Amino acid sequence: MSFNLDLVIKSFPLLLAGALITIKITLISVTIGIFIGLFVGIARIVNIRAVKLFAAVYVDFIRGTPLLVQIFIIYFAMPIVLGIKIDPLIAAITACSINSGAYVAEIFRAGIQAVDEGQMEAGRSLGLTWPQTMRYIIIPQAFKSVIPPLGNEFIALLKDSSLVSVIGFEELTRRGQLIIARTYGSLEIWLSVAFLYLIMTVTISRLVAYLERRFDTKYDRR
Amino acid sequence: MIDVKNLRKSFGSAEVLKGIDLSIEKSQVVVIIGPSGSGKSTLLRCMNYLEVPTQGQILINGTDLQKADINKVRSEIGMVFQRFNLFPHMTVLQNILLAPMKVRNIDRKTAEQDALVLLERVGLENKADAYPTQLSGGQQQRVAIARALAMRPKVMLFDEPTSALDPEMVGEVLDVMRNLAKEGMTMVIVTHEMGFAREVGTRLLFVDDGKIIEQGEPRVVFETPKEERTRLFLSKVL
Ligand SMILES: Nc1ncnc2c1ncn2[C@@H]1O[C@H](COP(=O)(O)OP(=O)(O)O)[C@@H](O)[C@H]1O
Ligand SMILES: [Mg+2]
Repeated sequence: MSFNLDLVIKSFPLLLAGALITIKITLISVTIGIFIGLFVGIARIVNIRAVKLFAAVYVDFIRGTPLLVQIFIIYFAMPIVLGIKIDPLIAAITACSINSGAYVAEIFRAGIQAVDEGQMEAGRSLGLTWPQTMRYIIIPQAFKSVIPPLGNEFIALLKDSSLVSVIGFEELTRRGQLIIARTYGSLEIWLSVAFLYLIMTVTISRLVAYLERRFDTKYDRR
Repeated sequence: MIDVKNLRKSFGSAEVLKGIDLSIEKSQVVVIIGPSGSGKSTLLRCMNYLEVPTQGQILINGTDLQKADINKVRSEIGMVFQRFNLFPHMTVLQNILLAPMKVRNIDRKTAEQDALVLLERVGLENKADAYPTQLSGGQQQRVAIARALAMRPKVMLFDEPTSALDPEMVGEVLDVMRNLAKEGMTMVIVTHEMGFAREVGTRLLFVDDGKIIEQGEPRVVFETPKEERTRLFLSKVL
């Protein structure tokens, strides 16, 4: 067995570019996912039955089916329904956003429900409407408890985004496959790919820990 | 000012308020006493529809809360909670400014001037930029009172405002409330502070098991309770 360091060095720029694409689709998807998740998370706790039901069905469907299958549905099944071909990038981002939205929704729901009930009562008793109380009082407080699980979701999605390689979208994992197809350097390339994922996930978890500390000192002094 | 008519409230199958009739005039200070679990908080919370009655009516200045714009009604009724419920992510000043600016659309400058006057009134003018967790319980409760007053309410509801406080801080909160009463604020106060009830209350209600058992001038009820249940309760707390 030999380890071809030269291959690692030569492939590195290509893989690094792939890693940047992975970061890009993860960031875009998480951002969209946070928007979806905020609305769906709130929808799960409002007192309107139809809204609640819709939100619950969405969350259950996404969390109850594999992301890989969701990617296939969007890339292969939706075009049959819509009659148009979907670009792999669009399919990748759509699948990842919709998927992350469901997980983020649960994170927000838990975060909102963790805020003391008295906060909603205090807001409402001052004459603030429900949406105002949510916006100015509940959600800002929920954000704090939501940062660590959101960070975990970000990391999970970054890793899971490797699944979009199956539709030929060229992120990090797909780049690795393509290089191996050319060079047969399975060992070198997969280890390099793993290393790049590791660098990204460790960086994110450090960043999240830092954010969490910053939020803590703001008003939690006793 | 506040009229409660045949108010009933159930949680599931448990009836907590069993037909309350009550009429409160402007500038009255109504003190509600009674054993724990008797429905005092529920009664108070029905007055601003934090709890929606199962039956009966609440009228504020003649308007039925059932049909009223509830946010507008609430903006004119101040409420002070046992556990303060200050907004922990906001400074004292921001706590006070929020409702006047968002509900009444008052500009920041005017609202700030008002807020500082109120803080002075509750003796906390130097705490405007503190966060609630940096304050003692007594200070937090005074901020909560200032926050409610910032909406210039017509009525103030207090739900055991001193029950969560260390004994040495009870006085400072009662002082603020005493001054409010002197200025003619209409107040409904649930409390276990019998001395305060007697001194400041213009009317005392004894509530037990979801009903008003006895009411009258505080001194009279304390000294010569008519009902056996009132006598029993008072003998335990006095
Ligand atoms: N949201 C609620 N759901 C169910 N039961 C409640 C609720 N709020 C109060 N209760 C019940 O109603 C009764 C009266 O409560 P409360 O009005 O808080 O009494 P008090 O303030 O006199 O101690 C209690 O038995 C309490 O458990
Ligand atoms: Mg109570």
